Amino acid sequence: MRVAIIDYGSGNLRSATKAFERAAREAGIEASIELTDKPDVVAAADRVVLPGVGAYADCRAGLNAVSGMNEALVEAVENKARPFLGICVGMQLMSSRGLEKTTTEGLDWIKGDVIEMTPSDPDLKIPQIGWNTLELNSPHPLFDGIATGPNGLHAYFVHSYHLAAANPAEVIATTDYGGAMTAFVGRDNLAGAQFHPEKSQKLGLALISNFLRWKP
Amino acid sequence: MTLKARVIPCLDVKDGRVVKGVNFLDLVDAGDPVEAAKAYDLAGADELCFLDITASSDNRETIFDVVARTADHCFMPVTVGGGVRAVTDIRKLLLAGADKVAINSAAVSNPDFVAEAADKFGNQCIVVSIDAKKVSAAGEANRWEIFTHGGRNPTGIDAVEFAGRMVERGAGELLVTSMDRDGTKVGYDLELTRAIADSVRVPVIASGGVGDLDDLVAGVKQGHATAVLAASIFHFGTYTVGEAKRYMADHGIAMRLD
Repeated sequence: MRVAIIDYGSGNLRSATKAFERAAREAGIEASIELTDKPDVVAAADRVVLPGVGAYADCRAGLNAVSGMNEALVEAVENKARPFLGICVGMQLMSSRGLEKTTTEGLDWIKGDVIEMTPSDPDLKIPQIGWNTLELNSPHPLFDGIATGPNGLHAYFVHSYHLAAANPAEVIATTDYGGAMTAFVGRDNLAGAQFHPEKSQKLGLALISNFLRWKP
Repeated sequence: MTLKARVIPCLDVKDGRVVKGVNFLDLVDAGDPVEAAKAYDLAGADELCFLDITASSDNRETIFDVVARTADHCFMPVTVGGGVRAVTDIRKLLLAGADKVAINSAAVSNPDFVAEAADKFGNQCIVVSIDAKKVSAAGEANRWEIFTHGGRNPTGIDAVEFAGRMVERGAGELLVTSMDRDGTKVGYDLELTRAIADSVRVPVIASGGVGDLDDLVAGVKQGHATAVLAASIFHFGTYTVGEAKRYMADHGIAMRLD
């Protein structure tokens, strides 16, 4: 199995790559993890991962700057329906629009806007940085065997914005930060985590293993 | 369900080696920062901080190797500080596997660097490290001043006001170290921590002076920090990270114990 992690100048790419390698090894999955900026590698991959840190507009510009990458994403994810995982801003880019600093068009795979979080408790800090638990709204193969809820495993978050999805059914999991913030979205072969699976120890490695096994 | 307070062990690294030997567990090489990082990872540390105090620029490359080898084994957030002065420094650290960088003296000498770094890598990636000393006399209103060069050089800059300016420039988090307390084991300067934490929207990490676990509890409850950093109590095996987290949980602070 060929897993393409898209390198478009954003993100802690080494840790993402290492986490996927480790998860594959522990799960006994034969996978070659390729960190790549080559559209043909992405178009031909069996699974595609889009990481991302920073501002929405900058990440979108970075992705657009790689010639042919948007087309390769459409080919792999829309036409061939390969399993796709977006991470952090990579997940936010799945939305219709990002409203951080300016309005930026996203990939429009999950309808909705990425908006600033406004926690009900004014004492809560922005960005949300640290470990929080997840509330699963509906079962999803990527959460198989992962304990969620207040006593479940923790995920590592670093974000000031979240994806306000138009269709609540596409919000698979939320996290409580002065209200329910979108933590995980999904539909068909598309999945996206606002948190960082590659930094979330137990929960993260389990989720990545599930992604590698996933047959949507 | 809520965001948990973080416990962050900090390792001082010089020329690729831990400065004071780390005295816990059965490390193969107590001077290897990566061995220490792996042990802290297993012990449940919520994040890890490397402070590079390498003096010679010739040996600056050593920290990249330390960070890269850590990222091979530890799937937890890593912050690296010390000698971060240019966008290229940050890019190299992030590519090696760091998640955040802590900017210290460069933030004082060139505040625009913080803005440039935040624009390029996102606010979430930029921690501004504030080293402050109390300069108000007894009986006066509290006042703290920024010091550079390990607390030797006064700058005349008010610490609370500086904190606000750094957040405006794009700092996503502040690491607040009391230079009066650093290494004393008498506890954080809680008034300093709280003065800054209450004046900014971003998370504050308390640092400098931890002697026992009550100090960690006080850092959150009285200092209003969302994360607590400590070095020697963990290195010397006085307490484990796990003990610290359980103690904080027993004192009513929401902690991650999985």
